Amino acid sequence: MSFLTASALSSVSVRSSTGIVGLDEIMRGGLPRGRTTLLEGGAGCGKTVLALQTLVHSARELSEPGIFVAFEESSTRILANAASFGWDLASLQSKNLFFLDAQPSPELLVSGDFDLSGMLAGLDARVKSLGAKRIVFDALDIILSLLSDDLVRRREVNRIHEWLLARELTAMITLKSSDGLKVARQLDFLQFMVDCAIVLKSDVVQGTSQRSLRVIKCRGSSFDENEAPFVIGAQGIEVASTFSHSNYEIVVSDERVSSGVERLDSMLGGGYFRGASVLITGSPGTAKTTLSGAFAQAACERGERTLFVTFDSHGDEIVRNLASVDIQLKPFVGNLLQMHSARAIGGNAEIHLMRIKHLAEEFGARCLIVDPISALAKSGNADLSHSVIERLVDWSKKKGITLICTSLVDHTLFQGEGSPVQISTIADTWIKLNYVVHAGERNRGLSIIKSRGTEHSNQVRELVLSKDGISLTDVYHAGGEVLMGSMRFEKERANMLAQRRREADNEQVRIEIDAAVLELEMKLLVIQREIALKRAEKLNRALYAEAQAEDEAFADAMLWQRRGGNDESGGKDDNEP
Amino acid sequence: MNHDFVRLRLYVAGDSPNSQQARKNLQAFCEKHLVGCHVLEIVDVLLSLEQALEDGILMTPALVILSASPLRTVIGTLSDPQVVLNALQLAGIER
Repeated sequence: MSFLTASALSSVSVRSSTGIVGLDEIMRGGLPRGRTTLLEGGAGCGKTVLALQTLVHSARELSEPGIFVAFEESSTRILANAASFGWDLASLQSKNLFFLDAQPSPELLVSGDFDLSGMLAGLDARVKSLGAKRIVFDALDIILSLLSDDLVRRREVNRIHEWLLARELTAMITLKSSDGLKVARQLDFLQFMVDCAIVLKSDVVQGTSQRSLRVIKCRGSSFDENEAPFVIGAQGIEVASTFSHSNYEIVVSDERVSSGVERLDSMLGGGYFRGASVLITGSPGTAKTTLSGAFAQAACERGERTLFVTFDSHGDEIVRNLASVDIQLKPFVGNLLQMHSARAIGGNAEIHLMRIKHLAEEFGARCLIVDPISALAKSGNADLSHSVIERLVDWSKKKGITLICTSLVDHTLFQGEGSPVQISTIADTWIKLNYVVHAGERNRGLSIIKSRGTEHSNQVRELVLSKDGISLTDVYHAGGEVLMGSMRFEKERANMLAQRRREADNEQVRIEIDAAVLELEMKLLVIQREIALKRAEKLNRALYAEAQAEDEAFADAMLWQRRGGNDESGGKDDNEP
Repeated sequence: MNHDFVRLRLYVAGDSPNSQQARKNLQAFCEKHLVGCHVLEIVDVLLSLEQALEDGILMTPALVILSASPLRTVIGTLSDPQVVLNALQLAGIER
């Protein structure tokens, strides 16, 4: 057999997909092909499900027939479990899958040494007839515990291992381990022998189940050595790969999408970037949901499918409540808008992430709202939530989905501008809402703490909610203080009155000047008339003088004639007084 | 003393050391305890591959007492005759 082993050794870096995306990513492609993988873990860790899922995947998708050797559970029970995941094994069983019931009878008596060559011989026949490429030994510890001592166990495990290598079967052996970390010491040599080992763990953190797996060994390539959370969902195991997504192609868009609030868009230089992740933080009641709702409405009005995930209240309640500030989501619910309410209590953050991703993909969402994302950090998820949220952000980026997350800032725990779940560092845009308490009033303030790739306003604006919608108003600065609410109102009113007064004054002056001009014009007219009169008088006088002279000349002539004088003396005489 | 013959079947895997040992031990046991009242069938699983699977034989060597209902199985080299005696006793076959 050794020559066969040598030939298989050359191909250790060839991988066989497990059909579980996250796990394939962790192991850079899957299980070492033609090699043995060990799955260890305590009771209920998901070893059997993982092994079976891999086998079903290879039988169905890769047309690689497989054999499942069940040492612990009967194959009928395993088939029933598989049916609950929607894996139709009946169709596969005829040609691509074979289940061997190998539970040792409880009545079994042992006398002396024995080995597993009988089973292997039988399996040999099956491997040949089926053309099997994969095999699972589920709960091998059951059969090994019947063996008398460590030496014999080692011999039998070796026998199985050699057998597997010789047939170049991609094998998975599952093994129970008591403390979830280490198999029984008698069996730890298995870890050294196999080419790949995965430890499955199921913890309960503050009442919430947290499953995780860790690849502790994988010959032939590098692998992600960190613990990866996983869940057993409706369709089987889903592993959350924490593997860096840096080598993913991310479509970077220059397109802007409206935030739903006109003034906020202009503060952001046109809106959020498409595919960006936006974080809205604030205390309870600072209108985080309202701002999200405005975005949802704008998205739906653009005809984009939007998924609104709410952890705080029911979807219908949100729709109703937002209508009071003129955010009308109702017409879109059921077509462009999907409301999904989830309860964070008792849920695993990983499951929530899975569900959100699943829903968004199924719905074909272009915009996603998670309100509030801090709910994921509740009930035992605190350690995990950062990783979950980071992966949500990565995932939505990859998909080009614009993501709006709200987050509760708990003032009793956090001071300043910290966000409980430190996603502020990975969010592209961070909008902070807060209450400004001044002069016995609470008013909502909005500021943009950061917005990558955008020249944004760094001014605090007052967020005003009214039945006509959301608006952002300028705030006033007076004596080094920001004025909001009624103080702003007073200031606005004072400004308005001053403006009116100025306007009235201007009007008055205008009228006065008009009057003055008119008066002057009238005066001008009178003078012109006087001039005309004088001119007429002057002319009159000239004509009169002429006429008079003519008349006198005529009279002289007449007198002269009457006196019978001559022209010359008569003239002389006339000049004498 | 039971009048019926005790029907036994020994599954072996070729001439492996354990199988050889089992044959030897069973022969000695029968000569001592079951003289003239047993039928022994030896099945080599390496030659009858399907039969081993159908009979649910995983470990070899394995002795199956066919006369018992349900079938009773003793696995191993049968190095301890007492275990085989116990098995026969459990199967209701008094020796």
